[in-house]
Amino acid sequence: MRYAFFLGCSVPTRGLNYELSARKVAEKLGIELVDIPEFSCCGFPIRSVSQKAGFTMAARNLALAEKQGLDRIMTLCSACTETLQEANHLFKHNPDFLAEINGELKKFGLEYKGTVEVKHIARVLWEDIGVEEIRKKVVFPLEGARFAAHYGCHYLKPSEIYDHFDDPENPTSLDDLIEATGAESVRQYPDKDKCCGGAILGVKEEVTIKIAGSKLKILKDHDIDALVLICPFCSVIYEGNQKKAEKEYETQFKIPVLYYPQILGLALGFEPDEVGFKLNRIKAKKLLEKLGLGKKKTAA
Amino acid sequence: MSTIDTEKLDMSFVEEVKNTPGGELITRCFACGTCAASCPVREFDEKFNPRRIIHMVLLGMRDEVLQSDFVWLCSGCAACQERCPQGVTITDLMMALKNIAVKHGIVHNAFAMQAAEVYRYGRLYEVGDLNDRREKIGLPRIPEEPEQIRQILDDTGVGEVAKKIIGEQESGNE
Ligand code: SF4
Ligand code: SF4
Repeated sequence: MRYAFFLGCSVPTRGLNYELSARKVAEKLGIELVDIPEFSCCGFPIRSVSQKAGFTMAARNLALAEKQGLDRIMTLCSACTETLQEANHLFKHNPDFLAEINGELKKFGLEYKGTVEVKHIARVLWEDIGVEEIRKKVVFPLEGARFAAHYGCHYLKPSEIYDHFDDPENPTSLDDLIEATGAESVRQYPDKDKCCGGAILGVKEEVTIKIAGSKLKILKDHDIDALVLICPFCSVIYEGNQKKAEKEYETQFKIPVLYYPQILGLALGFEPDEVGFKLNRIKAKKLLEKLGLGKKKTAA
Repeated sequence: MSTIDTEKLDMSFVEEVKNTPGGELITRCFACGTCAASCPVREFDEKFNPRRIIHMVLLGMRDEVLQSDFVWLCSGCAACQERCPQGVTITDLMMALKNIAVKHGIVHNAFAMQAAEVYRYGRLYEVGDLNDRREKIGLPRIPEEPEQIRQILDDTGVGEVAKKIIGEQESGNE
């Protein structure tokens, strides 16, 4: 299984724990990742200003993978996934639009033919590897650990661009993946499908903090060891801004926020440091102690 | 909201929205309010209401919509779009409204700043010195080659927005 590995902007600068753990887990599971140094921003941050510019950037990235003979991209960020896949969707239904965009790509000696499939790492693990296969590879079951899944928005929605691979209103893929590690997942909790609010952080921070905090407030009562998510935006909001949310809601949450490949990494036998635990701002100390991994104090 | 000034209603606005990718299906809206009930931003900010924004567009309230803060407040979560019984592509429509505002010279600073960063680095965040840190923990270095991205942005009018911000930042630093 070979995939072009699309990092985007946030992961390689603010989500090193995500990238590190994703690479480790992929290697262990026989997923070959090809780095393409020419990859840029996916185009998402530009779309509000110009959809055309954003989708041209997306097409350039897709064309770069295609040029190397790769027909699959694996992403880590949900916004990248959505933008690249939305571009695919638009091109498929509107060949004129693709032709117009290719006019621009020609300047770079590129042309996109529309053959590259885009999948988020969680979808790759769930669909292409499979929960059973993962279960077989687990050498260190995370028994006793209890997590809640945060799916975020663009991993699943708009569902029409994702062939409805999971139910957008009541998804199970991430819960299934969490349980494959031997841990328990809180399958149902209020506002499970709620957006983190991250996209408007720069427009009206207080609204983002209120949106994010409302979910943390609910989770506080669910006795979880960590919130498990799959998008660097969501992590910046729930982990990076948790202090602000605590202030807004006048309470302490202290909820560790982990990327799914970090917990899968533990289950596959990696040490916490190998999958970036010391890069997490809110330390998952209780979890690691529970799993008997807490003794080696994480070196600074 | 103040009362509607019928003098200022501009039905060509509806046409402009319908002719912008993402805005095509706006007239299908039958005002059920499912979008507003699903909206996480609406829950915490009364001023933002997708159903009302759609209604304002359909009434031709061009200035009120394009000059408002609320066009920029959609988080793009697609919860509304997933549930709209009329199949209005609301998330795409919100994006279309932002693109139209930009065409008329209105860009929220947060998005202009993002455009400036992408123009500078080809990415939203500078990698720069972080490459040393990446290498130290066993991750590959990432080259920063923004030339092609700059070309795309220049050819689509985004470069202008970006360069204005870059110019302001640079003169502010002097
Ligand atoms: S959910 Fe659809 S039909 Fe209902 S108010 Fe919103 S856009 Fe209109
Ligand atoms: S996509 Fe925008 S309008 Fe729709 S529910 Fe999300 S924030 Fe609200």
